[in-house]
Amino acid sequence: MYLFRNGAEGQSLSPEAMQAHMQKWMVWMKTLGEKGVLAGGEPLEQTGKQVTGTKKVVTDGPFTEAKEIVGGYLIVNAKDIDEAVEISKGCPVFDVNGRLEVRPVHKMEM
Amino acid sequence: MNGSDNPEVNKLVAHLFRHEAGKMVAVLTRLFGFRNIEQAEDIVHDTLLKALETWKYGAVPENPQAWLYRAAKNKAIDLIRREQVKYKIDGEMAYLLKSEYTLTSTINELFTENEIKDSQLRMMFACCHPSLSQEGQITLILKTLCGLNVREIGSAFLSNEDTITKRLYRVKEKIRTENFALDYPGADAMKDRTEAVLKTLYLLFNEGYNSSHPEKLIREDLCEEAMRLTILLTENEKTNLPQTNALLALMCYQVSRFTTRLDEKGLIVLLQDQDRTKWTKFLIEKGNYYLSQSATTRDKHDFHLEAAIASVHANSPSYEQTDWPILLSLYDQLLHRAGNPIVALNRCLVYAEVEGYEKAIEELENLEGLNDNCYYYAALGELYLKNGNKDMASEQFTKALEFTSSFAISELLARKLELC
Repeated sequence: MYLFRNGAEGQSLSPEAMQAHMQKWMVWMKTLGEKGVLAGGEPLEQTGKQVTGTKKVVTDGPFTEAKEIVGGYLIVNAKDIDEAVEISKGCPVFDVNGRLEVRPVHKMEM
Repeated sequence: MNGSDNPEVNKLVAHLFRHEAGKMVAVLTRLFGFRNIEQAEDIVHDTLLKALETWKYGAVPENPQAWLYRAAKNKAIDLIRREQVKYKIDGEMAYLLKSEYTLTSTINELFTENEIKDSQLRMMFACCHPSLSQEGQITLILKTLCGLNVREIGSAFLSNEDTITKRLYRVKEKIRTENFALDYPGADAMKDRTEAVLKTLYLLFNEGYNSSHPEKLIREDLCEEAMRLTILLTENEKTNLPQTNALLALMCYQVSRFTTRLDEKGLIVLLQDQDRTKWTKFLIEKGNYYLSQSATTRDKHDFHLEAAIASVHANSPSYEQTDWPILLSLYDQLLHRAGNPIVALNRCLVYAEVEGYEKAIEELENLEGLNDNCYYYAALGELYLKNGNKDMASEQFTKALEFTSSFAISELLARKLELC
């Protein structure tokens, strides 16, 4: 699973630059689709709730700075984490100085 | 994930974000009042960012424009509900926004095609307020109506971001202190203001067309933006004036030569060497159409003359077959009205084709006010060269080199020097 964080640069793009960035994502997603590695993914809303502790205190939002918020996730099929890392290197998120976290999804043996 | 199955559908219309940004800023500024333009800009930025952050993981919606408008509307409604008391909305429809009953319908109405156009026109007029400097007006138009950010405006004008940021700050300060309205001026001021709008669009176009940018001679984007806004003016009866059509004709003719002005290495190709079969016919025809639309008045505007000059070039089958006497008479009229040395310079080049190089050189040598102008020396060099005086030509081309920072122009002058 890839978790995406945009970085500050991604927050300050001009409309034209945003569109150009978007175009790159489309190309990248297309190559993932063609390679057959893409298994799913979704954007995440910027807002949310936090529920904490035994008292189940509910507060607003992820609370972190905008550039630290996880913007979305993708699930790819890879034989191991090295391959997943390799695949991730073409991702446009790096063009805007963003960050991508690669986490293996643990498959439960049923 | 269905979007990635059919990536062709995903291709966005070129400049969609930039153009929609301009429209949404105009609409939202009309909603909030001109003094709150920054709120409008923030909402638009957030909206586009949200689109990017949502669409990139899968699919672009079938109607991206509608998606953007819906998101912007929701953000605007949220803001109005949240900050109603705290911050004063002073647009024309303020009273409609204060009641929950009319809030949503008012905003929906503003996001219809006609109202969007109307908002853009109001914004154009407001940006050209006489209290703002010419460069302030252009900068504001690029920022609000064309969706360029500070960095992009800076690079278009060869200024740094700081300069542009400060300029915009001063402009916005003025909007606040003088309490500009996002509205058409009154009937008495309408004529002057329309004139100011046309002049600003003309300058914006020229900035793109004759850009002094060292890397890129033609800033096509600026020209395209100027044309887009001029077309908008022709679509409204208040602003569809003869001079508006003349200006648009001029732009069409100029742009029709875009593809031939530079060769494949990015070097300048002069008018006489351009491959006329590669001029964009469609745009020349458009130019002819708008020029005929402009001929509904006896009052000639400078734009009429400039468009007529461009028309002679665009419709001439070859450089040799150009109707020079007509051009000369058009330049004489223009010079008589405007008296600007650049017009005089161009007139001399036409004069040379009618009366001979020697006479033209004499006139050009006596021309004042262009002592630090690269084109002046380049033109003189060209006339000397055509007249067979290589030493003088070489002297002038060398002098011209001192006054340009453009790579393309320097290369052209270097090639000319080789001929001397």
